[in-house]
Amino acid sequence: MTTLTEWLRDPSPSSRAQARLGQLWLGWLRFRRNPMAMLGATIVVLLLLMAAFAPWVAPYDPITQNLAERLKPPMTGGHLMGTDEFGRDIFSRIVWGSRVTLYIVVLVAVTAPVFGMLIGTVAGYAGGWVDQVLMRITDIFLAFPKLILALALVAVLGPGIENAVLAIALTSWPPYARVARAETLTVRNSDYIAAVQLQGAGPVRIILGHVMPMCLSSVIIRVTLDMAGVILTAAGLGFLGLGAQPPMAEWGMMISSGRKFLFEQWWVATMPGLAIFIVSLGFNLLGDGLRDVLDPRSAGK
Amino acid sequence: MTRMTAPDISSPRPPSQIARRFKRVASVVLALFATFLGLLLVTFIIGRVVPIDPVLAVIGERASQAQYEAAREALGLDKPMWQQFGIYVWNALQGDLGQSLLTRRPVAEDIARVFPATLELATIATIFGILAGIPAGVLAATRPGSWIDQLVRLIGLMGYSMPVFWLGLMGLLLFYGMLGWVGGPGRLDAVHEMMFELEVRRVTGMILIDTALAGQWEMFRNAVSHIILPAGVLGYYSMAYISRMTRSFMMNELSQEYITTARVKGMPEWRVVWVHALKNVMVPLITVIALSYANLLEGSVLTETVFAWPGLGLYITNALFSADMPAVLGGTVVVGLVFVGLNMFSDVLYRLVDPRAK
Repeated sequence: MTTLTEWLRDPSPSSRAQARLGQLWLGWLRFRRNPMAMLGATIVVLLLLMAAFAPWVAPYDPITQNLAERLKPPMTGGHLMGTDEFGRDIFSRIVWGSRVTLYIVVLVAVTAPVFGMLIGTVAGYAGGWVDQVLMRITDIFLAFPKLILALALVAVLGPGIENAVLAIALTSWPPYARVARAETLTVRNSDYIAAVQLQGAGPVRIILGHVMPMCLSSVIIRVTLDMAGVILTAAGLGFLGLGAQPPMAEWGMMISSGRKFLFEQWWVATMPGLAIFIVSLGFNLLGDGLRDVLDPRSAGK
Repeated sequence: MTRMTAPDISSPRPPSQIARRFKRVASVVLALFATFLGLLLVTFIIGRVVPIDPVLAVIGERASQAQYEAAREALGLDKPMWQQFGIYVWNALQGDLGQSLLTRRPVAEDIARVFPATLELATIATIFGILAGIPAGVLAATRPGSWIDQLVRLIGLMGYSMPVFWLGLMGLLLFYGMLGWVGGPGRLDAVHEMMFELEVRRVTGMILIDTALAGQWEMFRNAVSHIILPAGVLGYYSMAYISRMTRSFMMNELSQEYITTARVKGMPEWRVVWVHALKNVMVPLITVIALSYANLLEGSVLTETVFAWPGLGLYITNALFSADMPAVLGGTVVVGLVFVGLNMFSDVLYRLVDPRAK
């Protein structure tokens, strides 16, 4: 172990990979000092594990109904969090629901930032009327409150989990475009870009290979901070019945089905909400921690 | 060698500055109009992509071909797309957002009827948010790292992580179901609801003001007990945002030199913090408050569903489930417009209040 940390801390790294890994190591050390960020990272890792090993973690099938066992309170008959109106084990449904949540989060995290970065870097690098047009479009999308635009889009596309993802992605790219454009403007006139230009690189190559990597760290921070928002929006769509459709286990939808029994069987609506709360909290803490590590400007705060 | 002339303070503002200010206002108005056009374009496109045939929705399934064509023409759907968009914009500028398929009334009229309820809820929520958020933020900023700072941070983080509809349900469970401290869903108890229709004249559409004007204090108290929970839930989110921003603005302000000067002069600490620093923090806070007000409109969609609150959010969701696209899109345009308007308003206000803003 000591040799590995020494290799990582080497003040004169012998290869590019060593330098990069060394930087990562230092970042990790800084990250580890922040207990809240570590808590967030732990929650996110647990979520990933829970989703990956759902069939083994969940004691019951999430979809099979068992009407003899309906609306059992928590901690009775082997049901940790009780059962819902169809006798399905709520804990098992929450465990399987983590897959749905992750599916939505990952799809949005893969599409929206990439699209936003593309728009932002092109606008920033090209300047002139291209910049004007692209940024006006971005402003228009920013002008809609996210959830309302997503609602209108889902109303058109029809309810369903893929359409919910599409609607959320279509409403969440503008901030990334803004961030990427701002970063692009700061590097556009720097010497290294001029050097690449002199070597004869075209705009596509410059944007993809030399501008975009500079935007990555600020975009990644934003993505992590936005993940909680994506989870909440997805849950909101599910709650309104516009996201995942029954009998799929989705947390927002589970809360909405528990509404009918709120005053008599409180656990049906409460438990999935706790799951959403803990997972969003995890992403928020992780995002805050990552910002402190990756963005030196806010490190002191 | 030219001699520097002292700026003439007594003369009114040089015309160039007035012109510049006028230009700035003009550019704001122009940007507002462009965004409005963009909003309409987006809803127009959404409305055209929708798989529901707007003609069939109006005349029903069993109409003859001739009736169909007539209705199609009457709706202007036989014209080219750009012309349809032009008509759409022209109508919207005159306040015509089409007719709701569900209520058979103009969408604009429907929205005018439900909007005050949302406005009332959002206003009370924002007042809660300001009253709790600003002191919390200031306290946290004056004692960074203390337990109070941690607590404010924790409360804020929880606000960013909780689904608003779930918090609403939990509030109902605790304060209505178990403790019975507040009224349940809706704006009034069922008994008062009927009396309200008969005895209270609709002046503003806001239930607290209307019942007070009518002198129905029994009903007023009932309305207060109903609004306090949804407004509290929304206010919590507004507080989370306002306290976080207040803290960071305040931290920045307290490190300024004039604060040190004031302290060195021997000014009491409460005066330094709550009068000198807070005064300067209020300027950027105006923007924050306007933004949080705008965000509450979004939160209201889910909150109004949970609390059966007859506002714009509930109107949009109800329209959604009856495939009433004109109502959905009309509601979307109005919310977008209010959103943009509040942003612009805060921007302009900021420039007016803060002489440093250029």
